[in-house]
Amino acid sequence: MAKFIGRRLIYSVGVMIATSIIVFGLSRAAGDPRHLFLTEYTTTATWDAWGKEYGLDRPFIVQYVIWMGRAVRGDFGTSLRDHVNARTVIWEKVPATLQLTVSSFIAAIVIGVPLGVLSAVKRGTVWDYLGRTWALLGQALPPYWLGVMLVLLFAVTWNLLPSSRRGDWTHFVLPTLTLAWGSAAAMLRLTRSAMLEVLDSEFVKFARSKGSTNPMIIWKHAFRNALIAPLTFSGLLLAGFMTGTVVTETVFAWPGLGRLAVQAVFNNDFPVLTGVVLLVTAIYLAVNLMIDLTYALVDPRIRLS
Amino acid sequence: MALEASAKTEADLFGAPKSRARVVYSFTRRYPVIPGIIIIVLAVFAIFAPLLTSYDPEKAEEYNDNGIPPFWQADGSTKYILGTDYLGRDVLARIIFGTRISLLVAFSVLGIGGVIGIAVGLISGYFGGIIDEVLMRLVDLTLAVPFILVALVWAIVLEDSLTSVVILLIMFFWNGFARQVRAETLQLKTLDYVALARIAGASPLRIMYKHILPGVFSTVIVIATLTVGVVILVESILSFLGVGVPAPTPTWGAMISDGRNYLTSGWWMAFFPGMAILFTVLAFNFLGDWLRDTLDPKLRQLN
Repeated sequence: MAKFIGRRLIYSVGVMIATSIIVFGLSRAAGDPRHLFLTEYTTTATWDAWGKEYGLDRPFIVQYVIWMGRAVRGDFGTSLRDHVNARTVIWEKVPATLQLTVSSFIAAIVIGVPLGVLSAVKRGTVWDYLGRTWALLGQALPPYWLGVMLVLLFAVTWNLLPSSRRGDWTHFVLPTLTLAWGSAAAMLRLTRSAMLEVLDSEFVKFARSKGSTNPMIIWKHAFRNALIAPLTFSGLLLAGFMTGTVVTETVFAWPGLGRLAVQAVFNNDFPVLTGVVLLVTAIYLAVNLMIDLTYALVDPRIRLS
Repeated sequence: MALEASAKTEADLFGAPKSRARVVYSFTRRYPVIPGIIIIVLAVFAIFAPLLTSYDPEKAEEYNDNGIPPFWQADGSTKYILGTDYLGRDVLARIIFGTRISLLVAFSVLGIGGVIGIAVGLISGYFGGIIDEVLMRLVDLTLAVPFILVALVWAIVLEDSLTSVVILLIMFFWNGFARQVRAETLQLKTLDYVALARIAGASPLRIMYKHILPGVFSTVIVIATLTVGVVILVESILSFLGVGVPAPTPTWGAMISDGRNYLTSGWWMAFFPGMAILFTVLAFNFLGDWLRDTLDPKLRQLN
């Protein structure tokens, strides 16, 4: 177990370092970082002082260590747009993204799993057909377009729900649906195939032959065993949400990290962008690590492989 | 009498002669006819775009022709079948020209990324050992690094262009090929004919190229087809966010991004490009599934 934890930990740290090297390398490829702070009042003395501070006369690797050392302490530099520490700008946006992610996570499971069960139990009926169609569309629909179309229907045409920004629960409905759509479809597909497999197994046949009632067979015998695959997948959902939040927050003007990152691109706000990228990558890796460890605790087969 | 009897047994054996509708139906069940038609239409759009429409996709045709609805609506005209956008550009013309960008990006990314992936997969699988270890960790890495975030950093650093988008996507789409080709190479290299080639004195390069590559070819085709849809979707997401191929080049993603600002006045500006993406991705996914089931039954368990 210790070996497993160690391996996963090294892997996560490795990915984190690789991401930071890519980000740092790209940011240096963009040119001398001092140009970002350059104003008409900058003297040669300050210019040189900056050079010393960032270690620009030193090798690339030293510059990286200096930069990373600051980033680990949460110092990404000063936001070029808001003129405060990028950390402050970024922390403000965390709650909005967390709320949206959590509500979508719940929605994906609450919608996807029951429909997957329904689709499997009522195999070959209209329910199954609808479920499979949705699973198919979940892969092929551009998520942002779905968001735009939801706004068109529910906000513009029928005027039922707000089209953008944060607020009471009604503001959550459309962004949550947009973000959860693809994941719910994937969840449905997985649950369906897992359920079909379990329903075909010997112990379910045995339960049937001893005369168990249908709901008993579905929920007690089959469903519990079919849950493993979708549960494992729920960790992967978070990876999808990373792209998803950037897109969804842009569509709905949701004041979160994803939208902040996109805006930072257009404002050329390097410190904020790198800060968001590193923070989100770190959160994502940490969550994945926790999920892996939970599975290793629950399922000895993973631990030993 | 004898003739009648034989006719009867024939009918029993082969069933009643099928009606034409029935034949067409079973043909569409067996072969991906509709996806095939869609893909042919897209290919025609992409190749012959300037011949199919007389409108300029980047400029308005006439002054004050902006925001005209599709022809079946009250204010629409058959001049602009799917209407015009906020600048007065023909939506259909922009969709047709947008096909070019989508397919060009998809094919160059999968072409170049495919070659890189195949090479890495062959080398990794054939030589094994430390080379394999290093290359496969590299694959793991490209799978784990958050794509969209790197894309944003990429966009802030590099000038947006078709080339920069293609390079970015290649970095994240060669890995699937590498993984699968490696797995197949591991199997193929244990077969007798590969061992015999080695005994005959064939160089590793020759064995990989002449003896292993043909064996992994069908897998590569299947993966490529199944990935086309993903690449098109991701390209459209980049365009939508404004970090893809820059304006005024017509791309489906950017059309939706522009159109969403005019939802109250013109739903068609955002609606039709989305349908184009949806049908394109669905067509390639169906074709890929069919190819997988036909060419490569081994892959069936994978998905």
